[in-house]
Amino acid sequence: MSLARMEVYEEEFRHLEGSLRRLRLDANAKAVFLIDRNGQHIAAAGDTDQFDSTSLASLTAGNVAATDGLAKLIGESEFSVLFHEGQRDHIHISIVARRAILLVIFDERSSLGLVRLRVKRASTEMEGVFEQMDQKSEVGAQGEPEPSPFSEITDEDIDALFSE
Amino acid sequence: MTFINYAAREINCKIVYYGPGLGGKTTNLQYIYSKTAPERKGKMISLATEADRTLFFDFLPLDLGTIRGFNTRFHLYTVPGQVFYDASRKLILKGVDGVIFVADSQPERMEANVESIRNLEENLRDHGFDLVTMPLALQFNKRDINGAVPNDEMYRMLNYKREPTFEAVAMNGLGVFDTLKSVAKQILVELRKR
Repeated sequence: MSLARMEVYEEEFRHLEGSLRRLRLDANAKAVFLIDRNGQHIAAAGDTDQFDSTSLASLTAGNVAATDGLAKLIGESEFSVLFHEGQRDHIHISIVARRAILLVIFDERSSLGLVRLRVKRASTEMEGVFEQMDQKSEVGAQGEPEPSPFSEITDEDIDALFSE
Repeated sequence: MTFINYAAREINCKIVYYGPGLGGKTTNLQYIYSKTAPERKGKMISLATEADRTLFFDFLPLDLGTIRGFNTRFHLYTVPGQVFYDASRKLILKGVDGVIFVADSQPERMEANVESIRNLEENLRDHGFDLVTMPLALQFNKRDINGAVPNDEMYRMLNYKREPTFEAVAMNGLGVFDTLKSVAKQILVELRKR
């Protein structure tokens, strides 16, 4: 199945950010990122300025996609958790609601056990938000769709993007 | 899959450069990177072998400016062209919004060009996409080489659905931005339709 687009509205965005902020505090992590499986950055919390979030999102999605490929090769549907151990900083990667990736960067102030525990709780919270997003798009598809701000894009708007 | 963040007022789209090995996909990205203002681009990532052949992908985030109040970002990816990297190639197509097919103008690479288009069609289908409806641009690269296959012959062999087609010399930038603009426009026009 391939969706034409993924949309995140203000309300859900705030909920996701809230969950990420709580996770970051509860897990004593440096930073947490929520990434779409196609490599788009969705939201983040913590000391995010010290990381290149766009590169992080793209490489994490590539990492998860490659690991998924490996899982299928040995007959698994997916490896739902990945852990990369560094000398100072470590990365914990997990799948949320089958469509997003939760990335937690932590150091010696936390531990793998604590991160795993807190990630579980945060994932459940975020799954609820993704369900809410699905319901909204279903209502939109069945009932009166919200007017898209892009339906009125003109050729001039598009050309203006490419003018030097 | 276009990602629209209404809270951050951002549109993010994914464009994939596809084509046979050593055809100039990475060179396209390198040229775009070299000619784009620092505030409009992110870091270019190349996951390559020691011999500088693409192993997994190249990645370049581009910021095109705002459209209807939304910051418009394009994420450009290349795939590894070598035949045996098909599993990786398929992964990169996940969530793609538009494809640029970079064909090699050398006569001895025509078969590889044709095979690569067939491979693109198949790998897209595995992701639930149809090349017939996918925003697409075709680039005939290396037009400066001696003995390049004539333009109309390449068109006849490689054009899939009368998609916009460009002659290019990616090493010096000829045709690089025209090809990119063509696909980016097609993606934005698709966005308008829904």
